[in-house]
Amino acid sequence: MPSLGADMTSGTLLEWRVKPGDAVKRGDIVAVVDTSKAEIEVEIFEDGVIDELLVPEGTRVPVGTALATVRAGTEDEVPSARPVPAAPQPPEAHRLRASPIARRVAQQLGVDLAAVTGSGAAGAITKADVEHAAAGAVTPVAPAPAAPAPAASGAPAPPPAPPATPAGEPGDRALAMRQAIGALMARSKREIPHYYLQTQIDMSRALAWLAEENLNRPIAERLLPSALLLSAAARAAAATPALNGFWVDEAFRPAEGVHLGVAISLRGGGLVAPALHDADRSSLDELMSGLRDLVTRARAGRLRGSEMSDPTITVTNLGEQGVELVHGVIYPPQVALVGFGAVLERPWALEGMIGARPIVTATLAADHRASDGHAGSRFLTLIDRQLQKPEEL
Amino acid sequence: MSASAMVTVSYREAMRAAIREALLGDERVFLMGEDVGAYGGCFGVSKGLLEEFGPERIRDTPLSESAFVGAGIGAAMGGMRPIVEVMTVNFCLLALDQIMNNAATITHMSGGQFAIPLVIRMTTGAGRQVAAQHSHSLEGWLAHIPGLRLLAPATLADARGMLALSLEDPNPVLIFEHGSLYNMEGELPADAGAVDIERAAVRRTGEHVTLIAYGGTLSTAMQAADELAGAGIEAEVIDLRVLRPLDDSTVIESLARTHRAVIIDEGWRSGSLAAEVSARIMEQAFYELDAPVARVCSAEVPMPYAQHLEQAALPQASTVVAEARRMVGGG
Repeated sequence: MPSLGADMTSGTLLEWRVKPGDAVKRGDIVAVVDTSKAEIEVEIFEDGVIDELLVPEGTRVPVGTALATVRAGTEDEVPSARPVPAAPQPPEAHRLRASPIARRVAQQLGVDLAAVTGSGAAGAITKADVEHAAAGAVTPVAPAPAAPAPAASGAPAPPPAPPATPAGEPGDRALAMRQAIGALMARSKREIPHYYLQTQIDMSRALAWLAEENLNRPIAERLLPSALLLSAAARAAAATPALNGFWVDEAFRPAEGVHLGVAISLRGGGLVAPALHDADRSSLDELMSGLRDLVTRARAGRLRGSEMSDPTITVTNLGEQGVELVHGVIYPPQVALVGFGAVLERPWALEGMIGARPIVTATLAADHRASDGHAGSRFLTLIDRQLQKPEEL
Repeated sequence: MSASAMVTVSYREAMRAAIREALLGDERVFLMGEDVGAYGGCFGVSKGLLEEFGPERIRDTPLSESAFVGAGIGAAMGGMRPIVEVMTVNFCLLALDQIMNNAATITHMSGGQFAIPLVIRMTTGAGRQVAAQHSHSLEGWLAHIPGLRLLAPATLADARGMLALSLEDPNPVLIFEHGSLYNMEGELPADAGAVDIERAAVRRTGEHVTLIAYGGTLSTAMQAADELAGAGIEAEVIDLRVLRPLDDSTVIESLARTHRAVIIDEGWRSGSLAAEVSARIMEQAFYELDAPVARVCSAEVPMPYAQHLEQAALPQASTVVAEARRMVGGG
């Protein structure tokens, strides 16, 4: 079970997209996993052939649990490898008797049906049984009995059960997300010595350039100011390695490439911050379309694992809401969070004259263990400088 | 609600009032059937109408369903608004050729040149010890036929109000009157009038299980709901009212609340209306279901004459209660 974000301690394997014997290559989507935040498509990082699926669909397991075994090699080699009469197949698991709505609700609430006792006719699991199980779920869902048990000797010890979700109604997805966000943000504030910087940036040139540029574009391809802000932040991050990376094991590890996490609020509450990959090397058009795609999929609950785990620095843009500035909380193990407020018309003194200019307040929350105010200042200055030359973005 | 006075009427009287109103309101309307005139109708519905409206408009016919249903179709094509009474649904089989091959198809076959504003009333159902040739519920067979509208008034208001819009419908409308209902009495506003002939009705609301019934089985469902309430199970009762075209949305909306359904149908189970409703629930509300849909239908035998056997063959409230309890659990 991959860690799809620092706040994730366990995940439910919703769906296998491969079966034993399938050839896979790096980047293929092999499974769909439900974190407490969203359904995430999980990619594989090795080429090979799926040997065995270790975790049945619908099972919640801790991060780090092996989900499947993969053999190196190609499909061609399969025939020779296959016929080995491995351990006798466990008898096919009995199909659970659960009503259609019970299955649906179980999926929504993250309840493993295998652990629910049915009260319906002939022991069928009903909606009420699932809701009851979710409400009183003291027992986190252990790997389902259907999972092929490892043989006795030499087998690794079973993974520790994931921590029980706190009482209340842990099945409630919105609540689960609040708890996940809460745990992560508390950890951030507890562990990370934040320092904060802010600067005001004159957006006249950037917006004038944007208006000009959009004149020549069909409506669907027009650029939004946020594309300029994202691009400027990504380029500034590439030039400020101390802010772009992770604090792991008491040391800073700079990242290769800038994968810009974008905070996206979800309908019904909560947020996710998936990555725009290689944002510093993307054109404005690529950023725009990437952003649209991420927002759509994030709200539909279909993000990929790499998007969730890859961000190297995160941007939060609360400008749409009309606020002037945002002091962010860093998303561990990242070391910096950039915030943009609304672009607002403000009096602006320049060369002894006061005029009205569109101004945006850019903020930086950074991890003092990884960088100092000097690097942070340089970063915000670079953003400003980029935005004064929008044609180079 | 209007402040109109309530009057006590029987289902039979409500039907008669509807026919009388139609005869008074439109001179193209006439009633035709076996014994509807001098005898006052086999079930007494048309008693007194011959005296009031005369033999031109209240016409006794020979014992030939095919002939007089066919005559009704011809009259409708010619611009009249006939109400044809067929004594029981069993006998309508003699006129099935007219109903299906003519009434239900002529609008289509003529490219829309002819409408068939015909109403056929027939008595349906068992429970009165009239044995295997007068007791069956064949609504399901007729509900198979495109081009017809089928109504099953199960309440006084529907008995009083369904005929008016049926006569306005340019398509043939079949009205099924369950034989056990004619003596049912209750209160109805003195000015009760037309009711819709499109939608099913929720006769009782509940959150645990939906009981779906029509015609003669509505009272079975209501009785079962009363018994279930005593056991802490709140049943919602849907009266289908319109058997074709079926009003799916009322049923599906109810299922989205209760997640369980028992269908009560006096027809035989195989290929029944209950089967059709069940299939539609499966198609449209599968992911709402918390238990398999249950059906309580008549035993698949010719309807027995002996009273205890007849009752044993018919859907009973106790069976509905047992199904619902099994479904909700704790039963």
